[in-house]
Amino acid sequence: MLTQLTHDIAKMSRRRWLAATAGLVLGLAAFTQAKAQETIKVGVLHSLSGTMAISETTLKDTILFLIDEQNKKGGVLGKKLEAVVVDPASNWPLFAEKARELITKNKVSVVFGCWTSVSRKSVLPVFKELNSILFYPVQYEGEESERNVFYTGAAPNQQAIPAVDYLMKDEKVKRWVLAGTDYVYPRTTNKILEAYLKSKGVKQEDIMINYTPFGHSDWQTIVADIKKFGSAGKKTAVVSTINGDANVPFYKELGNQGIKAKDIPVVAFSVGEEELAGIDTKPLLGHLAAWNYFQSIKSPENEKFIKAWQTYTKNPKRVTNDPMEAHVIGFDMWVKAVEKVKSTDADKVIDALPGIEAKNLTGGTSKMLPNHHITKPVFIGEIKANGQFDVVWKTPGLVPGDAWSKELDGSKDLIGDWVGKKCGNYNTKTNKCGGQGS
Amino acid sequence: MPHVLTRSLDRASTLFILIVAGLGILIPLSNLLLPEGSFFQVPTYLVALWGKYACYAILALSIDLIWGYCGILSLGHGAFFALGGYAMGMYLMRQIGSRGVYGNPILPDFMVFLNYPSLPWYWHGFDMFWFAALMVVLVPGLLAFAFGWFAFRSRVTGVYLSIITQAMTYALLLGFFRNDFGFGGNNGLTDFKDILGFNVQAEGTRCALFFLSCAALIAAFLICRAVVTSKLGKVLVAIRDAESRTRFLGYRVESYKLFVFTLSACMAGVAGALYVPQVGIINPSEFAPGNSIEAVIWVAVGGRGTLTGAALGAVVVNYAKTFFTSGALAPYWLFMLGALFILVTLLLPKGIVGTFNAWWEPWKAGRDADAASAAREDGAEPKPNPAE
Amino acid sequence: MSATAFDRLRAAAFSLLLLMAFAAPAFAGAFEDAVTKFANDDFSDTAEAIDAVAASGNPLAFPIISALNDERLFADPESKKVFIKQADDKIIDAATGAAVDKLPDGAAEVRLNNRLRRAVDTALGSLTLMSPDPAKRISAAQSVFKSHDEAALQAVDEALAKETDKTAKAAFTEARAAILLFKPDASEADKLDAIAVVKSKGDQEALALLTSLGSDQPPLIAKAIAGAISSIQGNLALWSMVQNAWYGLSLGSVLLLAAIGLAITFGVMGVINMAHGEMVMIGAYTTFVVQEVIRTRYPGLFDYSLFVAVPLAFIVAGAIGVAIERGIIRFLYGRPLETLLATWGLSLVIQQAVRTAFGPTNREVGNPSWMSGAFELGQITITYNRLWILVFTLAVFAILLAMLRYTALGLEMRAVTQNRRMAASMGIATSRVDALTFGLGSGIAGIAGVALSQIDNVSPNLGQSYIIDSFMVVVFGGVGNLWGTLVGAFTLGIANKFLEPVAGAVLGKIAILVLIILFIQKRPRGLFALKGRAVEA
Repeated sequence: MLTQLTHDIAKMSRRRWLAATAGLVLGLAAFTQAKAQETIKVGVLHSLSGTMAISETTLKDTILFLIDEQNKKGGVLGKKLEAVVVDPASNWPLFAEKARELITKNKVSVVFGCWTSVSRKSVLPVFKELNSILFYPVQYEGEESERNVFYTGAAPNQQAIPAVDYLMKDEKVKRWVLAGTDYVYPRTTNKILEAYLKSKGVKQEDIMINYTPFGHSDWQTIVADIKKFGSAGKKTAVVSTINGDANVPFYKELGNQGIKAKDIPVVAFSVGEEELAGIDTKPLLGHLAAWNYFQSIKSPENEKFIKAWQTYTKNPKRVTNDPMEAHVIGFDMWVKAVEKVKSTDADKVIDALPGIEAKNLTGGTSKMLPNHHITKPVFIGEIKANGQFDVVWKTPGLVPGDAWSKELDGSKDLIGDWVGKKCGNYNTKTNKCGGQGS
Repeated sequence: MPHVLTRSLDRASTLFILIVAGLGILIPLSNLLLPEGSFFQVPTYLVALWGKYACYAILALSIDLIWGYCGILSLGHGAFFALGGYAMGMYLMRQIGSRGVYGNPILPDFMVFLNYPSLPWYWHGFDMFWFAALMVVLVPGLLAFAFGWFAFRSRVTGVYLSIITQAMTYALLLGFFRNDFGFGGNNGLTDFKDILGFNVQAEGTRCALFFLSCAALIAAFLICRAVVTSKLGKVLVAIRDAESRTRFLGYRVESYKLFVFTLSACMAGVAGALYVPQVGIINPSEFAPGNSIEAVIWVAVGGRGTLTGAALGAVVVNYAKTFFTSGALAPYWLFMLGALFILVTLLLPKGIVGTFNAWWEPWKAGRDADAASAAREDGAEPKPNPAE
Repeated sequence: MSATAFDRLRAAAFSLLLLMAFAAPAFAGAFEDAVTKFANDDFSDTAEAIDAVAASGNPLAFPIISALNDERLFADPESKKVFIKQADDKIIDAATGAAVDKLPDGAAEVRLNNRLRRAVDTALGSLTLMSPDPAKRISAAQSVFKSHDEAALQAVDEALAKETDKTAKAAFTEARAAILLFKPDASEADKLDAIAVVKSKGDQEALALLTSLGSDQPPLIAKAIAGAISSIQGNLALWSMVQNAWYGLSLGSVLLLAAIGLAITFGVMGVINMAHGEMVMIGAYTTFVVQEVIRTRYPGLFDYSLFVAVPLAFIVAGAIGVAIERGIIRFLYGRPLETLLATWGLSLVIQQAVRTAFGPTNREVGNPSWMSGAFELGQITITYNRLWILVFTLAVFAILLAMLRYTALGLEMRAVTQNRRMAASMGIATSRVDALTFGLGSGIAGIAGVALSQIDNVSPNLGQSYIIDSFMVVVFGGVGNLWGTLVGAFTLGIANKFLEPVAGAVLGKIAILVLIILFIQKRPRGLFALKGRAVEA
């Protein structure tokens, strides 16, 4: 009976459904073809659906905004820029597929994209094979310097190490909890921090390392452990590399169990203005974050940018954050490099980029280094009740990004130098270029 | 042997094999021989893309074999696919040798920066291709055997089985995410250089891999056909339609299920192994329960219990995914996928091929009574279980 | 701080309002210089200013420090003037106490960092030891216990002598002991007494205090300290077992809440609803919308937002559930596996729809005041939100149980669960029961969403993270029996929490999954399986 019914429904609407689908497909095809003009194409490779959409959607909007602004100024080399947006749907193999499509099918000159390390790792072989350019805007674990990738986010020495330095000097922290989500960025960062802390005389028993799964939501045990660890009579701090989604329940549990920043401060590397927008920040007053940019920083560039951005998104409350600034710098550097060599040819632009300088939004000038990382200032901010950060400390100058950590045995002799040595992993001990170069 | 072939090759199957073989030969030839930019030249990125689809098609076949013919809905088949992929990935990692960024001849890069003193024991042997190839089949096969042995013996069936297969792949997902597990954590295995001495990024290698994937697809299809048209296949269908009755008739239901489940897992493993060198990365997200469920929907779209439909469904859904994740509709891809799930289960319960057969059959029946009876067996719709 | 200065400060604290308007600068030069330092916007200058102001004995000291604590202290960098914004929004000049019309344009809040907040706490601690509110006195005593600042000894002694409240008295005694322990010239007997007091406090703070004493102590005292430490540690180890059990119960209650709706739809209809998690998410978003409306329209009613959200979430999610049942699931009865796929598709659609409507980022859902914070029970901390969720879950469970037992719909549902065909033959409109059951299950998922919004992210991914766990609970507990779900949820919760400290969060979770897989082999239909012919599929 039931099957009969479904069958009837199937018969009835099948044709209409098919017709609708066909119409949709044809319309789309026409739409994509109509736009062929003489433009410079810029690929945008950020997830718009799936779990990573939470972070990456904003970055897509940022690039669209920057392209819009650039086109108002007349584009680049007299041509308009055209964004090609694809959705890798938080699926890593799809990232590789979409990267390939952007480069070979859409013939983009440059790609701005990726968030997680794994998405970058997944597209890396594609960019190398097809020789194109990727700007990667997110803080990451380092240990990489590739010819085709430009890292505009922070390397560990531009975020983690200054933060620990601040806590050690200013807060006199003696005991450390390194809490992170169990994936490569926290693992590597914690390895680097552990080595660094030990080199500063911190004993093994004063370091507690804890890993949790992605999206961990029950923090009772771990927060209690932190509390216990912090009651050993020495000033304790938590260095958190906890991934985005798990932060809200973590901070809620901290607040509820009464861990105040003045007792046990938590310094986070993945919590920015966007993440705080989803939390009631009153109980978090005073917890810290280390970034290269905060929305609250007062500088003419920043104020202008925030205003333009909020006008563009038609949302006067829209926040800005660190990876957005990284895209702003990266985009500016790419435009300057293209104008310098008067071409969008990948090889020429790659060679021109090191040495290019671009104003960052915090009042300084960032420079692209031979290892394809950039110089950035480091700020420590305390969370305020309004969901913004109050800068309590900053590095005196700009910190150059290290592709290879000096704290790890495997990489302390390596440097990335795409200008002199033409190599991403030059070993200064053996004077040889390891890996693909030989 | 010849009679197995004649038995398993009806007209639709022959057509399927011819199409796959044709694509498997023509696409690489066109890519390699014709000049770039020519109208008939298939660009390399399409070769890689279609190679990926072929691997998905093998995975879909393996699911159709157990779900369409034996009623076992595994929501963890992605686990076997991923395990096969990891076995191949480990071989590819070992092939990098001293060309890794740290230049360590033994340890893969991620082990160097996570301070592994030496290669973990389970990584030994993967520098040899034959060993890795064996593991591609053996590891998923053994896991499926152990899992199935426990599950089928204690008569875990229906949705319970579906849910614990999901638990299995979820547990593996969490495990492989752990860096301590020694498989590169979330980043997985990547940055491959060669396979059997050929550069994985070279066009020739890509074409060869595509050709191999098509060959594997044909082989998998033939194996499935051989199984489902045999007496064993009849028993499987009987188990699907009325498990208790089959048991009362004296068949050892567990053994049949275990055999077909293990076979299917091995096929999924092979699909994963071919998939990895073509996409260039294997990472724990392949274990995500959502991926396994998506693979089941390919089968449902194409037509459950039709084999050709499973392969077709895999290609159609993935092509749609490729198409809809670019351009103006990019953020709406999940709406389409979700709607596809719903519409297919509601309106096309037999899938594309099943529905086509339902139209085609009566028309053909007048002409060719013999062929029609064979087709009905293929397209057999699962009868609602009277006991349910 | 001298005794006289302290007295004066105390007087200031008590006659705060009176003095405010007329206060004349007592030590004009030094005090004003100190106050001016607040305007330098430099953390070390602010630190000096806090110390100097707290020690000045000026009647304005308490208002300044407490204004600083509540972010009501403003400074104008140009004129170097500092202002207090009082609770009634009036502005006074901090140095003179004179009323000011309005803040100058350039004036900004005096910024604090954690170090300064601690300094403020210490200063306020000694300033509020005599507060008429016992709770304030206790927290002042606790902050003295933490800072064990020798200068506060005399004040603590005086406060102790006058104290009548029992808890406050204990707190003062402990604070005094802490000071004595760190006072180099305290007698050995005093120190031994102090150790005994701290030992009897017996919590982590006491442990922290004792361990921070260092090892360079006279042998007798060192021995007493070591004894006290090991006694406290033994005590805490016992408590940590209790704590794990509580955490387990709390996790179990979350699992139960998430799974209970699933147990109903699965049990009665044999339908696997993969979109169940999305119903939870819809409940959480309903809470967000309710709070948003309340925040903008009736901010005073914020504490009652959840009372509005619970019924609303039930109705919204329940209505969507009925719509899903009528629109999709009823065509798929008898094909549980297809239902699973269709509802999975539905879950993707709902997720992306919410993502489109509300944006991909987390949405802020606040805790009402009665769900914030924690209280101590012995040596364990019990947070109010977890406690309320446990209570709420048990209440939902009891109501559901009563509904199944005593209402007509409950009777019909049970009949359909046990034998659908027989129930239909007896005149029960099974399709109506199905729709209502599905609505009920979804509605309860919506309620679960309200509770989960209090402890987790409110994002489109919320539901997904609970769906697998919910299935595990239902399968483990057995279908068609709510008690099974209850036992299953709490067993898994407690097992998880006892495994977590040993194996870590990730391995613990894997271990639980493997255990469930093995358990299902032993009992293929869960802990509490329905028996009878109709069940055998």
